[in-house]
Parts: sequence; structure tokens; C-alpha cells
Amino acid sequence: MSKILVVAEHDDGNVKKATLTTLNMARQLAEKRGASIDIAVVGSGVGGVAEALAGYGAETIHVADHADLAYPLASSWAKVIADIASAADADVIASSASTTGKDIMPRVAARLEAGMASDVVGVVDTDDGVGFRRPMWAGALLADVVIDSDVWVVTARGSAFDAAAATGGESAIDAFAAEPNLAASRTRFIRFDGTQSDRPTLDEADIVVAGGRGLKSADGFNQVVEPLADSLGAAIGASRAAVDDGFCPNDYQIGQTGKVVAPQLYFAVAISGAIQHLAGMKNSKVIVAINTRDDEPIHKIADYTLVGDAFSVIPELCEKIAAVKSGS
Amino acid sequence: MKILVTAKRVTDPNASLVINDDGSWIDDDVEYILNPFCENAIECALELAEAHDAETIAIGIGEEEIQRTIRQGALARGIDRGIHVDAEEEELDSEMIAKILKAVVEREEPDVVVLGKQAVDGDSNQVSQLLAEMLGWPQATFASEVKIEGDEAIVTREVDGGLETIGVGLPAIISADLRLNDPRYASLAGIMKAKKKPLEELDLDDLELDDEEPKVRVVKLHEPAGRSAGVVVADVDELIVKLTTEARVL
Repeated sequence: MSKILVVAEHDDGNVKKATLTTLNMARQLAEKRGASIDIAVVGSGVGGVAEALAGYGAETIHVADHADLAYPLASSWAKVIADIASAADADVIASSASTTGKDIMPRVAARLEAGMASDVVGVVDTDDGVGFRRPMWAGALLADVVIDSDVWVVTARGSAFDAAAATGGESAIDAFAAEPNLAASRTRFIRFDGTQSDRPTLDEADIVVAGGRGLKSADGFNQVVEPLADSLGAAIGASRAAVDDGFCPNDYQIGQTGKVVAPQLYFAVAISGAIQHLAGMKNSKVIVAINTRDDEPIHKIADYTLVGDAFSVIPELCEKIAAVKSGS
Repeated sequence: MKILVTAKRVTDPNASLVINDDGSWIDDDVEYILNPFCENAIECALELAEAHDAETIAIGIGEEEIQRTIRQGALARGIDRGIHVDAEEEELDSEMIAKILKAVVEREEPDVVVLGKQAVDGDSNQVSQLLAEMLGWPQATFASEVKIEGDEAIVTREVDGGLETIGVGLPAIISADLRLNDPRYASLAGIMKAKKKPLEELDLDDLELDDEEPKVRVVKLHEPAGRSAGVVVADVDELIVKLTTEARVL
């Protein structure tokens, strides 16, 4: 019988939403293939992650807990994930299309001689059997692809799947004797410079406020985007131009090569909307564009366009949002 | 030191793409450009070569037209020589490309291979990582800063949540992100010189890969559901009304 192995993503011992969106993709695939689902939890000190996932309908949760796995370095993680997949006899290995998944999973595919579909947004029936739908050309086209090898590797785009709900029940938790190859991998972790923020993360937020080059400077970006995000409890994003010009950190970038989001509400402030940016946000439920002109590409997909200078419009908008929130 | 770098061609990302009625491949009548991420990879190779006195080689895989991409995109910018592996682009998946690159790496024995982190047509973001695993080499993907110190590359990577710095022992694979550098333009002298630089031609038979089959196939292409322009609101008050009563998202 087919078995899907979902690789969990976690952070400081907490399960990330990306695990649950991948799990949802796996459930859709399991239904079409008549497959069961296992979960792999890889890291150091990750027993709590396994326990937190025990009620999601997986048959077995394989826990590879090892000091050499403390940081997700591609070579050693890929070896351990492939070892778990082989031991568990899994024929599909799935993870989120986060930067971690993108970095590691092709190496898993190479180890298992598996074909791989990246960044899938749907599980589909094709004329050649079950396949995956995935964006190409920055989402200008969607491709239905099939994988002809016995073992498949898949990464799932988080914004395209709802988080799987708990189903109850108890998965078996199985300690896996991991043998990471950290020393042989010639790879060493030096440091991580995290973006500090108390706001929700881009992939988990219901509302996103994104700023673009029209905000002119880092000061302008902060002056406009932060108060609006604060008034809405939103995550902050940016166009590539704003990141390139140093207005904000790299991991704010939304687009083809940055993050892909699909929140309930997306504010594009002073963003013209290059196709590479639209690729990262065009599936948002409601899009508001605030710009000094109304003939930019962003306005062709925005539900509401407000023409005006962000520096004068946003303070008024924040004030009136606050009034709505306080019910006055 | 020797550095191998990729020169992939992609359909112009700003051109509109047309698919056939049956969802088969796009028309041939499209403009091709050098993959933007490969431009960053080429610039990275040139800067490393300038700092460490290395030989640089650009590889392109595809039909004969790719030779133009190699000459104009790589050799004219200063890459020393080119390799063209003749293959039908439509028949290649990421794994096939990685196998071709592996065979070329085994012939050339470079110390560093720099690739674009993804091609902006397929957007798969797999080849660098597949190649690294096939070779048993370390990888530093999505690089925004690269330094070579002794026998190690120190690479800063753009990842979710911030910037990660790792060290990878050479030989190693590096995949370039867009903020790694600002690719130089080819000079007129560079363009003239490029015409005479060596460009070796290989086919899959030369690399003993002619029996390989791709594992991933595109069955059908679709246009995504369109999204139409909404309304222009007069002022902030109207926007608030729309968001609270029409869209109901506030």
C-alpha cells in the first residue's frame, strides 16, 4: 500500500502552520491513492513536536532526534529524511515549499531516485493518473504534471492549502535511530540573523500590508506600512524593489522568488505590481491598492483602488480603521 | 581554481504566453533571454575569478540557439569558455539537467559550480540541490553573499525569517539569489572577444546519458482563473464602507 511521509516543519519546538498545510495536501493525495500517512519529525529536542502532531491521523510519527540535526542543513537532513522514508517504505515524501523544504527536498529526491514536483498548489486527476498542479512562469500558467518514478517527492505551497484540522486518535510515536552525516557533509552552520518582529508571519497572517518603491525610503516605508499593519494586526510584506532599495529586510519580499501569500485582505501600498510581485499575492481574497495613479498593473487585479499619496491617505485610513475596530 | 557556471535560456518573462487549445506546450514564437538568476550566477563567477584568479566556464543545455545565450550572456561578460550540451529542452526535467551537469562536472572537475537558484520559466528550484546530492557535495542555495576563504565558501543565504550564514567546504555548489550582485553589462570589446572564445559542443551520447528518460512530465497547461479589476473608490470613507459592508473583511 502506498504511504505518504510528511516532513514536519517546526520552530523552537512549535509546529509551524506549513506542516499542517502540507498535511492537508497529503490527505488529498492519500484519498486519491488509497494511501496512509506517516510524519517525520527531524531535529534536536523535538519530542514535543511529535506529541503535538499525534492527533492528526498519521499512522506513525518517526522522530529523528539528534544533536547533529539541530539546524536544518540540507545534506544531513536529506540523508535522515531519505533513511526514514526507506525504513518506513514510504513512496511519497512531502514537505512545505518553504525555503527549508526547497533547500532539502531535491536532495531527498536524488537519494531516492524520485521524480519531484515543486511548489504544488493542487492534487489533480490527469489522463495519465494522479498528478499535481503547479505554477510556472511566475504563475502565468498552471501545469498539471505527473511523476513516472516509483517514489515521488513533493513540496506544497502553503498558501494553496488550508491547515489540516486535528482528527483525534493517537499516532504511534517511533524513535528513529538517525545517522546524520554532518561531518562528512563539509557544511557548517555559522549564524542566523533573524528578522525581529512581534507581528504575525507572512505565511500565517489573515491580513498583509505590503509597501513598494513609492514609499521612497526606509523611513517612508516604516512611517506608512507599520501603523497600517498595527491597526489591522497584519503581517508586513514588500515588493522586490523595496527590499532591493533597503527599505526593509529580505524576508519581507512577496513574489515569484520571495514568499507567496493568499490572505483574506491584502493592502498594496505604493506598489505598481510587476508580474513577479503579482505572482506572490494574486490569490489573496480581497486586494486593496493605494497608489498615486490608477493605471498600474496592480489595479488590474485589485478589488478596490484608492488613488492618493500614501503619506497623507494612510494616517486617515488608520484612524478610521481604529474607529471601526472600537465600534464607534 | 576553476568555476563552472550555468547559462540557461528562458522565455522572456514579460512576454505573454499562449498555450494551444489542447493545453499543450506554448507556441515557438516567443523571445528568449538569459535566465535572470543565471545572470547573477555569472556575475558571481566573474567576481570570484577576479578575486581568486580562476578559470571560468559557462554551460548551456538545449538546442543550437543556446549557443547565442552562452556567447552573449556569459562569454561576452568575461567568462573564459563555453560548453553547449545539445538536448531537446522540452524533453528535460530537473533531474536530467542535473545528470548532464554532473557528467560535465566530472569531466571539468571545477572547485565551485554556481547556478541560478531557479529558472523563471519552470520555477522548480531543484537543479542545484539535485546536482549537489548526486555529486555528494555540499550546497549553499539562495546565496546573497559569497566569499571564499581558503578551502571553504562562506555564504549568506536568504531564507524564511532572515539571513543564514553557512560555510561549505570546496568543491561546492552555490545557487544565486537576485540580491547576490548587480550583473555587469557586456562591453563592446567583450562582445567582440566572445565571438572567438572556445565553445565546445557535446551531446548526450558523449556524456553517456542518451538512454535516460525524464521522470516528471507536464501533461497539460492551463491559464489560471483570471481576476478582474474592481472599482476605484473616491476616498478613505468609501474604502472603509466597501471593506466593512461589501467585502466584509474588517
